[in-house]
Amino acid sequence: MQTQRIDYTQINGWGVDADPENDPTYPMQHREDAPPRDIFYDRPPQQPITVEVLHSIERPDVTAVFGATLPPTGLSGVIRRFAFKYSENEYKHWLPLILADRVDVVEGVLKDLAHGHVPNIFAEKGYAVEWKYNRTAFVTKMATIVAVTVGTILLLNSGKDKKSKRK
Amino acid sequence: MLAMEYRGPKRVRAVQKPMPEIKHPEDAIVRVTRSCICGSDLHLYNGNVPDTRVGSTFGHEFVGEVVEIGPDVTNIKVGDNVIVPFNVSCGRCYFCQQGMFGNCHQANAMATAVGGIFGYSHTAGGFDGGQAEYARVPYANVGPTVIPPGMDLDDAVLLTDVVPTGYQAAEMAGIQKGDTVLVFGAGPVGIMAARCAWLFGAGRVIVLDKEDYRLEFVRNYAPCEAYNFEEIGDPVLFIKKQTDWLGADCVIDAVGAEAAGNVLQTITGRKTLLQAGSATALHWAINAVKKGGVVSIVGVYGPTDNLVPIGNAMNKGLTIRGNQTSVKRLLPRLIDHVQSGRLNPKALITHRLPMEEVADGYRLFSAKLDNCIKPILIPPTVTK
Repeated sequence: MQTQRIDYTQINGWGVDADPENDPTYPMQHREDAPPRDIFYDRPPQQPITVEVLHSIERPDVTAVFGATLPPTGLSGVIRRFAFKYSENEYKHWLPLILADRVDVVEGVLKDLAHGHVPNIFAEKGYAVEWKYNRTAFVTKMATIVAVTVGTILLLNSGKDKKSKRK
Repeated sequence: MLAMEYRGPKRVRAVQKPMPEIKHPEDAIVRVTRSCICGSDLHLYNGNVPDTRVGSTFGHEFVGEVVEIGPDVTNIKVGDNVIVPFNVSCGRCYFCQQGMFGNCHQANAMATAVGGIFGYSHTAGGFDGGQAEYARVPYANVGPTVIPPGMDLDDAVLLTDVVPTGYQAAEMAGIQKGDTVLVFGAGPVGIMAARCAWLFGAGRVIVLDKEDYRLEFVRNYAPCEAYNFEEIGDPVLFIKKQTDWLGADCVIDAVGAEAAGNVLQTITGRKTLLQAGSATALHWAINAVKKGGVVSIVGVYGPTDNLVPIGNAMNKGLTIRGNQTSVKRLLPRLIDHVQSGRLNPKALITHRLPMEEVADGYRLFSAKLDNCIKPILIPPTVTK
């Protein structure tokens, strides 16, 4: 394959930020000129904790600010509370959180329905642009999903029919 | 207000939500004027980041007008148009004192390994993001930076993440004059990393991706050599041949968890979540860099484990550097680069969508339809 070398001398700004000392293969760090750092700093004022905030057990407290709009709720919330009993070092922390996310999706659909809103999955998945720009692949994908679904249903029903005939 | 809302993997919608409120004396409320969909938002969109709660509003790349400030905010005022760095940072903790504004210790209660990030799941602090008409911006004395007079909002919004992340990727690569720099990924960050590699004095820049339209774009934009890894056989072998059998001096992973190119990685990292994303690009990076070289990681992976040849990294004496970008630290230099014409961020923007069409925007970007490089969302309150 033919390569396409670039003449970098023609590039606007070439080398303007070159720093011979930024060479991490020789790990030298000069801190003499750096301002002193203090691990004991003035902690920012605490955002009022008016909702349940799950915090990592790898820190002693809730941070001074946090996102407060989606406290844990429902079954997914129970799973999240379980997950936060373990440190970030543990699978028992992360895997339950992934499970909670999936449970949350089901809870989200149920909440929608409870509020009289039927989610428009076609719109939420952005299928309109798939239809516009990727129609052949989109139709193939949808046809495959339908075929597999119908096939599975027929297969399961034929099994039931055989059982009922045997009886 | 209108806001994007996550409903589950590959399901988002625009809904009416309550207006954000001042919750802390150092908060500000910003009326969003531009908001981007980022490649790393796709990890959330695909349901790959743990603790991504249904109802979340994503969006960590946004600019806007300050409409309200808390009683302790002194560095910005109502009416200012500001760049909002994607990091939430207090400016005074042990890490912020070192300029590590992407690693603030007072911005994310839910995980200590990652700092606070707007609209990036509860694993990154649970903050609502800027894909909305309004956003709450904590620590408003620290992050928000007034947009210089005359700067295009399209340039400004890309200074919240894409430009600094591409720049920091090149910076962390420790590029020395004349070095060969290999960049995996020709998404917006990979494109910017390739462009910025020249600023640090690279002698040769090579980009690998599998989307021809993106390769064509980066070939012209950076400019650089760009190859489709599906057409060159083993990409590591290809790079060895291109570099006198030594390997590239520096390699940048600008792909992260959504990487294609390896069936095992795809199944375990993207389909079944047995690892924290597909680590194909990082695997190739470790193997394609020269002995004693540097691997710079700005591609985003999840918090659990990934399959990479760490033994090779040790045997080759590699330096591996990675971090969330410290946007605030880099902004002065990058504003100068944009104003001087050395960087042209807005050229990356290929699609503008009204916020109401956010679901289409995600699908467009995720499926790489219509030659999409970078989509931005325009809230309905914006008239120009």
